[in-house]
Amino acid sequence: MAQIAPFAERYELMRVNAVDKVFPGNVQALRAMSLTVREGDFISLLGPSGCGKSTALRLIAGLSEPTSGRIEWSKPRAQGDLGVVFQEPTLMPWATVAQNVYLPFRLEGKTYASVKDEILEALKLVGLDKFQNAYPRELSGGMKMRVSIARAMVTQPKLILMDEPFAALDEITRFKLNNDLLDMQARIGCTVIFVTHSVFESVFLSDRIVVMAARPGRVIEELHVDEPYPRGEMFRTSPEYAAHCRAASQALEQAMEAAA
Amino acid sequence: MSVTDLDQPAAPTVDAEEARRARSRRIEKTARWLLPLLVMALMIWIWDRIVVWNEIPHFILPSPARVWGSLTGDWAILWDSALLTGRITLMALAIAVVGGAGLAILFNQNKMVELSLYPYAVILQVTPVVAIAPLIFIYVESKTVGMLMCAWIVAFFPVLSSTTLGLNSVDHNLRDLFRIYGATRWQRLWMLQLPSALPYFLGGLKIAGGLSLIGAVVAELVAGTGGVGTGLAFRIQEAGYRLNIARMFAALAIVAAMGVFIFAALSLLSHMLLRKWHESAIKRET
Repeated sequence: MAQIAPFAERYELMRVNAVDKVFPGNVQALRAMSLTVREGDFISLLGPSGCGKSTALRLIAGLSEPTSGRIEWSKPRAQGDLGVVFQEPTLMPWATVAQNVYLPFRLEGKTYASVKDEILEALKLVGLDKFQNAYPRELSGGMKMRVSIARAMVTQPKLILMDEPFAALDEITRFKLNNDLLDMQARIGCTVIFVTHSVFESVFLSDRIVVMAARPGRVIEELHVDEPYPRGEMFRTSPEYAAHCRAASQALEQAMEAAA
Repeated sequence: MSVTDLDQPAAPTVDAEEARRARSRRIEKTARWLLPLLVMALMIWIWDRIVVWNEIPHFILPSPARVWGSLTGDWAILWDSALLTGRITLMALAIAVVGGAGLAILFNQNKMVELSLYPYAVILQVTPVVAIAPLIFIYVESKTVGMLMCAWIVAFFPVLSSTTLGLNSVDHNLRDLFRIYGATRWQRLWMLQLPSALPYFLGGLKIAGGLSLIGAVVAELVAGTGGVGTGLAFRIQEAGYRLNIARMFAALAIVAAMGVFIFAALSLLSHMLLRKWHESAIKRET
């Protein structure tokens, strides 16, 4: 398991280079977006709906192509290097929890027996090892999301993309999952790009917040949250946290004004 | 359940409420099979009274007792015929499943094939089989093959169209996930599209089961006498020529029973395959 390097010593993982995305009908979803992602970063894309943050995530995931500009990876990307968590848990309802987490390996052609330990490990990480034989319908919304996270982490990917994964959950569950997510990230040592429209969530989780504006979607400002990890409930009630939230809120307000 | 611990004074009412609900559930469970039986008994009784009171001759409308007599008395003949019709029906259903699902997968994998063939699948479906059947028996030597073709024509389309719908009803996020993990098209078909299509396919299968029986009966009626034409439909026709109306009813009852049996068997199969995960097969707790 890799350790997360101090901020100044991180290697570049990938880079979004002056990317434009125009959808049919001349809708500019993204204009001149540039972003350098380094190994171990926890980056939040924060902005109102329609600011292109999900579009940016899809471009990085390779699910769509930029109209102009480039997505550049420092090293060629292998199959298990990328994990994704969507807003919905997106589990296969016909498969058990363990089978769902097995999916990335299965698509690589590995047998279940050969990766059984990794699957169990990932389920332990999200606290669901006792539910490996349950079907998704038997789980609560928060538990389904945990399965989804376990699936994204099971290959020990370099980069995990998360598209408002906790937006549909209640606040108590959301706080708990925020805490656990930081724990898991620290243990796996992966990089995370996290799309959210919650100021609080972005400040709590990330070391960099990319604030975006809508129409056209673009980056307005990049904020740094230079607070040490691990962060816990203490951080959530600290004055520093409040100050960062205020700064992020102001940046978001500017973004809203810029769009209007 | 946990509410009762919090709210002690209200607990007895909740219990009474629950008891009432349990009682109505029990009553409904019994009514589910008892009521249809009562309706059947009543209808048979009215039928019997109509025949007796109006002194209707048995070659116009036989009494229920006479039909029962024919059912038991002619059982050997009728059973042989039922086996034949049943065999044609099941074979046709099997071909309809393989052909319907196979075509659906082929259409799904290759757009050009779909564009070329789909209109003809629709034409084949909307043309009444009674109109096509006589032509088939002109060109097809074997009665069995001809009957299978008739039954297949009516039965394959529901399988084809519902499976096609199912293959295209994949959760788009799961589809994206498969793309991100670099799934091949066969992996996507096998691990994602086919399981997603299963509930739709089973829905189509239930319709196809009934239709293949209809197809087999129609084919027998058109194929007429000679060769292997001793199925149930042929028995109905033959009994009609002889004014043996009681046997017509008896044969008809067996055809209906076969249809019910096929539907029940396919419903059970569907339930077994989906009960673990699909909404349609899950019992809600309240």
